[in-house]
Amino acid sequence: MGFRRFILKRLLAVVPILFGVSIITFALVYLTPGDPVDLMVGMNPHVSAADRARIRADLGLDAPVYVQYYRWMINGLQGDFGIVYASNREVSEIIVTRLPETVALGIFGWVFALLIAIPTGIYAAVNKDRAGDHVSRFIALFGISIPNFWLGLMLILVFALWLDWWSVLAPREPLYSTSMLWYLILPGVTIGTAASAILMRIMRSSMAEEMNKDYVTAARAKGLPERTVILKHVLRNSLISVTTVAAFLTAGILAGSVVVEVVFNWPGLGRELVNAVVGREVNLILAITLFTGIALVIANLLADIAYAVLDPRIRYD
Amino acid sequence: MSTQRGRIRITGFDPQAVEDRDPLSEWTDYEGTETEGRWVRAARNFRRNRVAMFGLVVVLLMAFVAAFSRPVEVWGVVVQPFSLAPYDPRTILYLQPDYAHVGRYDPPSLAHPMGTDGSGRDLFSRVLVGGRYSVSIGFIVVTITATVGIVYGSISGYYGGIVDEVMMRILDVIFAFPGLVLALVLVAMLGGGYWQLVAAFTIFGWASYGRLIRGEILKVKENEYVMAAKALGARDRSVIFRHIVPNAITPVIVQASLSVGTVVIGVAALGFLGIGFEPGTPEWGTMLDQTLETLVQGPGGRIPWWATIYPGLAIFLFVMAMNLVGDGINDALDAQEDVAMTQGGGG
Amino acid sequence: MALLEVNDLTVKFYTGEGVVTAVDGLDYRIERGEKFGIVGESGAGKSVTALSLLRLIENPGQIERGEIIFKGQNLLEMTDEEVRRVRGNEMAMIFQDAQSALNPVYTVGDQIAEAIRHHMDLPDSEVRERTIQLLDSVGIPEPETRYSDYPHQFSGGMQQRVIIAMALSCDPDLIIADEPTTALDVTIEAKILDLLENLAEEFDTAIQLITHDLGVIAEVCDRVMVMYAGKPVEKATVEELYYDPKHPYTVGLMSAIPRVGERSHRLQTIPGTMPDLVELPSGCSFHPRCPYAEEACTRTQPPLLDPETGEPLTGSGVERGAACLEYSGELVRGLDFQVTVDDVLGDEADAIGDVDVATTEGELDD
Ligand SMILES: Nc1ncnc2c1ncn2[C@@H]1O[C@H](COP(=O)(O)OP(=O)(O)O)[C@@H](O)[C@H]1O
Ligand code: SF4
Ligand SMILES: [Mg+2]
Repeated sequence: MGFRRFILKRLLAVVPILFGVSIITFALVYLTPGDPVDLMVGMNPHVSAADRARIRADLGLDAPVYVQYYRWMINGLQGDFGIVYASNREVSEIIVTRLPETVALGIFGWVFALLIAIPTGIYAAVNKDRAGDHVSRFIALFGISIPNFWLGLMLILVFALWLDWWSVLAPREPLYSTSMLWYLILPGVTIGTAASAILMRIMRSSMAEEMNKDYVTAARAKGLPERTVILKHVLRNSLISVTTVAAFLTAGILAGSVVVEVVFNWPGLGRELVNAVVGREVNLILAITLFTGIALVIANLLADIAYAVLDPRIRYD
Repeated sequence: MSTQRGRIRITGFDPQAVEDRDPLSEWTDYEGTETEGRWVRAARNFRRNRVAMFGLVVVLLMAFVAAFSRPVEVWGVVVQPFSLAPYDPRTILYLQPDYAHVGRYDPPSLAHPMGTDGSGRDLFSRVLVGGRYSVSIGFIVVTITATVGIVYGSISGYYGGIVDEVMMRILDVIFAFPGLVLALVLVAMLGGGYWQLVAAFTIFGWASYGRLIRGEILKVKENEYVMAAKALGARDRSVIFRHIVPNAITPVIVQASLSVGTVVIGVAALGFLGIGFEPGTPEWGTMLDQTLETLVQGPGGRIPWWATIYPGLAIFLFVMAMNLVGDGINDALDAQEDVAMTQGGGG
Repeated sequence: MALLEVNDLTVKFYTGEGVVTAVDGLDYRIERGEKFGIVGESGAGKSVTALSLLRLIENPGQIERGEIIFKGQNLLEMTDEEVRRVRGNEMAMIFQDAQSALNPVYTVGDQIAEAIRHHMDLPDSEVRERTIQLLDSVGIPEPETRYSDYPHQFSGGMQQRVIIAMALSCDPDLIIADEPTTALDVTIEAKILDLLENLAEEFDTAIQLITHDLGVIAEVCDRVMVMYAGKPVEKATVEELYYDPKHPYTVGLMSAIPRVGERSHRLQTIPGTMPDLVELPSGCSFHPRCPYAEEACTRTQPPLLDPETGEPLTGSGVERGAACLEYSGELVRGLDFQVTVDDVLGDEADAIGDVDVATTEGELDD
């Protein structure tokens, strides 16, 4: 069937992209100016030139670039991304413990964005150019323009400090528990606001565009109630354009997690990345960047699948 | 069927009569009024859009204030002597004999309308000067990335085939990373600072323009006049830049205007994360960096809310005004609404 | 009682450029089982008329006044709920562009069954059965398997058949076909028109056929209304319209029809284009394009007149009328077109469809 072939084709297309992702990641860290050893030991005068050479050899940094890349990739495929120099911890262990935190935050952000954006987008399109539409567009403009770190700070200021509904820092409880859901709200809303605003505008414009099409008049001419016309006929077609920007929104949410995790001191990969950048932990930067890339490629794949599910024209070429 | 109707013949209906006679009345088909250029019409539409004009005024005002907040020196020569900001943004006031009474985190007062920050610096002056960094970086980055993207996308779209295929796969790989994460890693490598941040947002930032203009060019390429130009033997470069690009540029302009805000937020985010600029730099994001601690330590004692609210408000105001301008340009040029959509996230 | 009676229908659009009077004081009537044609160039207000009948005019449009009396009830006075019971059930619509009238993301079977399920109280299995039967009767091969195909898997002609099946699904009394064959090529056009006629016969359905092509009207219709700039300019039976047109606009449309053996000749089209409906020419709206226009035409707007007596006619009962000052005697020079019926092509006796007229030779004077 067409559907399976479609998925297979997409999966195959992912392979070279993943390869490219690993190359860019590696190149970013190794080909930019600055000696990794310098980054590691800094300008410490107690480290002699001989020491540096030894460190280089130990780390395999004296090998040609492609050999280094090959080693990094082969090790990575086996789950070995090296160690964090400052703490001597395995990078892979950090990834394994931090990843679920970021995933939880990202999913919450996405769900929040969908829950807010789809109904308001529909509402705005149905009431296009009336007061409700103007108000929701204005709110969307707010959501798009507000820097997420400042939004997070403001939420803390208002809800944690002034209203005292939350403690400023989430207590550490098992991540996937109902009590943590409560503590996901503020960071989740912060991370989801921009996505929600963009999504709302996309819903509005694609719904409005779809509503001008003949099939909508045809559906009304059948005598269907307006609810059915909108929620069955128009909505499904508009969701197609949502899937085309889903990867873009996921990128925004991933980028947002870096900032939001710092604001809320959320122990995820984003905060870890910032710490790694500050501490110049090359292995950790490499691994987290790589995983971000992989996550987005997967998100893109899922969006393509959702696209094909929604739009039969893709499925049956 | 319409081809079979052989029997009826009309005579005496003479359309020529209409063209030959003088018009009977004032009435005319007005088709000829479309002579006004696209850009002239767009400019007029924009000027009529009050919300967009409001945005433009705010943007210009904030840029003006940033430029004239403190004197500007170039190689020791003062090129801009004005100083709107009452204090030097880097001066720790209580260390100055005249201002020994000024404390850390003083609440807003007449002398310090936005209070003082954690080091006892005048927040109002810092907010005024703060726009210099992110705002100018925003415009510089957008100018460079849009230019590079146009060239990249034009080449890819115009030549098509394997060239296009390879160039687009490269874009796919770049799009596999959120822009902010790439910028973060680049700053980790290059270090913080003004031009380092410009580089961090430029090195991959052109990608979205590349993809956008390529799509437009594929559409424009269908047009016959490009084919005609090619048939007449115009050189490739001149076909691309004289004929195709001007017709495909509209969505790029829209995207560029909406991207300024995104870059401004991105720059401020790196400042906020403490890796964009030296601590103490009067940059909006960097100023917020310090306030995080004051919030986390609360609610015991006073919360210096002003230190959190004002710098962020400045970013918000600028980005919102810029987005209003972008939306206005979008409406004025009558570009696709969707172009405006894929902007604004990622900060 | 007529099946449909439209009285003084007026529809306006409130656009940025001004108020568009898309339909202006339209009167007509359709009997049960009758095939009524509306013809006019693009922009004449035909589609707006069609949509008004089902009360499907959307913002910024508004039905300003008039009556649409369908089976004795004024549609314009019904509640939304009542109108929805008429739509698709008693009055159905066929669209110009079948491809865009079908929702791309649902199967054609679903889209037909949807209407049946909505209007008829039938169990699911019977809904499906009826749908398959409909697909079969509009000539779609292998209807059981095609049921679950998507619109893009059908050709243009087949898509239009699906639309026809959809219109017939609840056995309506009136089908409004808005340029049903304009998007199709000529050979398929013929088949679709045949199908439409046969089915209308079989289902005993009246048709309001909208087109810009007089040839299509000849093929299918009994009576015709010619529209120009939102107003009716001529009403007649098909025979009268063809052999004895009264309005210069009708004559212009007819001389624009390609003739057998003359295909290479440039068609005599009506000069100029339909005016923008925001600002109509004064007097007779057709005067800037009318070869017979005189000074009087710029001043007086002619209503529909009885061509024999010159009496103004109003109301849906008008059988024969033309809106030209010629018939009120206000033209100085008068109209001087002739309609000749050639007998040269004797083997084309069936030339204008089913219209069966005594072949008159020579000149038909107006
Ligand atoms: N949605 C609309 N908004 C504004 N004007 C409209 C709209 N629909 C139709 N009109 C106007 O009504 C007039 C008649 O249109 P229409 O009925 O579609 O003509 P046609 O005879 O070609 O079917 C047109 O001149 C058009 O300007
Ligand atoms: S009234 Fe005058 S302009 Fe109008 S159709 Fe008759 S002759 Fe032509
Ligand atoms: Mg029409």
